[in-house]
Amino acid sequence: MTIRQKNALLLAAKYVVIIVGALFVLFPIYEMITTSLKYEVDAFKIPPQWIFKPTFANYREVLFQSNFARFFANSIIVAVVSTVVSVAVGALAAYALARWRFRGRTPVVVGTLLLRMIPPVILVVPVFVLFNNLGLTNGRIGLILVYTALTLPFNVWVLRTFILELPYELEESAIIDGCGDLTVFLRIVTPLITPGMAVASIFTFRIAWNEFILSLVLTNRVTRTLPVAVSLFLTDTGTEWGKITAIATIIAIPAFVFTFTAAKSLITGLTAGAVKG
Amino acid sequence: MSSHGIAGRKPLNAYLFLLPAFAVLAGVLLIPIVNGLRLSFFDWPLRNISKAPVFVGFRNYVELFRSEFFRASIRATLIFTLSVVSIELVVGTAIALVLEGDIPGLRFFRTLYVLPIMIAPVVVGVVWRFMYHPSYGKINFFLGQMGINPVGWLSDPEVAMKAVIIADVWQWTPFVFLLVLAGLQGVPKDLSEAARVDGANYTQTLLFVKLPHISSVLGLTAVLRLIDSFRSLVVIFNMTFGGPGVTTEVLSLHLYKTAFISQRLGLSSAIAVILLLLIFALSFVLIVRGVRGEKR
Repeated sequence: MTIRQKNALLLAAKYVVIIVGALFVLFPIYEMITTSLKYEVDAFKIPPQWIFKPTFANYREVLFQSNFARFFANSIIVAVVSTVVSVAVGALAAYALARWRFRGRTPVVVGTLLLRMIPPVILVVPVFVLFNNLGLTNGRIGLILVYTALTLPFNVWVLRTFILELPYELEESAIIDGCGDLTVFLRIVTPLITPGMAVASIFTFRIAWNEFILSLVLTNRVTRTLPVAVSLFLTDTGTEWGKITAIATIIAIPAFVFTFTAAKSLITGLTAGAVKG
Repeated sequence: MSSHGIAGRKPLNAYLFLLPAFAVLAGVLLIPIVNGLRLSFFDWPLRNISKAPVFVGFRNYVELFRSEFFRASIRATLIFTLSVVSIELVVGTAIALVLEGDIPGLRFFRTLYVLPIMIAPVVVGVVWRFMYHPSYGKINFFLGQMGINPVGWLSDPEVAMKAVIIADVWQWTPFVFLLVLAGLQGVPKDLSEAARVDGANYTQTLLFVKLPHISSVLGLTAVLRLIDSFRSLVVIFNMTFGGPGVTTEVLSLHLYKTAFISQRLGLSSAIAVILLLLIFALSFVLIVRGVRGEKR
């Protein structure tokens, strides 16, 4: 076999790996979407109906019946507000940690890393107790506060790396020109770290939009978010897989959007800290 | 970066910039965690939440270490964590090694592989529960095509843990793949070229050039996955809720059930303390390496 033949064979083998991997990755997602587009009778047919007439009946029922619109609004409000607050507050803190040397800086940086690892389930009981005392259970504000706190450590960490990569001279000359620290931060630093803020926003939104266990404990029939709604739907109705997969697909929409529009930011965020060291 | 003249900036402003973050973290994370630690020494039934908790000293911890269910949940967590982390590391690294280099279209596929990571754990749980359905799930259908009898994926105590592991491998192998691929792209090209010129074959280049170069990435990926799978809860919650029996009841799910099914807030706080200590111990490895990397 010549070298060229060998290389061609190797490349073909690589494509086989890629395509088998992609099929494995995509099949569950394909299954979710197609089930949501089938009538109940088609969804359960064995052998499966690989070719079928798609229907939006499940979506129509889900969107216009039940309390879906309300849960959807809750999810949007909680995710958007948490994202805005967490990224803004995180950027401020990241700036302080990147540009000042002060007593206690290293413990703060290390503490941030530790806090990033806290599993939400640990907070379930104490935050439930705290919010119960403060009257914050069953409201959206409590949930926003928890999501902000949970995502802050990652945001501080990521934004700090982005700030550290900026040349300090720009800020220095602005300070010499008499700008205050806040002005320097708002006018010079934030425009330059927009890629970092994009990464931080996507990851915060993802956590707040997807989070389940705290929302389950801290919300009620009115303030519930979509992940809790779909989970309760699963236990209440058992077999209405068409509607269940329709809600699941709707929950997954932001994931699709982010994956196909911001893949580069996602990979930056996923590898942050691990590859750069 | 550390040589910047930071002098001339008022230290007070640093604290002002940190204040909002500190307030949120203290109020919603630190104070509740300390309170959780305190609660672990009390007996406090959820249904009597308006009454004051009763101090019991270390009794919750003693009860845990004697409890068969607690031991079962530790066992389930270890089986789950060690299985998913080792499978994902091996498969993810293998795929990254195969696909490394300039293959036309790789970027598109790399994008596809991000999807499972982004999708909500609830959705993952729901979808796999449907695929595992004994009569109309696609997995048993495919097995049937191959002449294999239907499997009670989520109802057979011998199989449920495997089912949960497969779903996690589906969701997180891409993560390992992406990290290792990024690490491999950092291996200087001339290094492996030089090895090949010196007559090293593929295995030798892999073992003596590439793997040593990505060992730190591999280590960090392993620790990140260990921590994450240790905390994982939501997929299992929605797939099996710990069942059948307690075969898939991992530590975090045991914590939740103790608090909201058995309604024992004090006892569940003791589980939370143990879970947190385990996770901090794992994170410590990560942080020591991270801080060392910072100083480099």
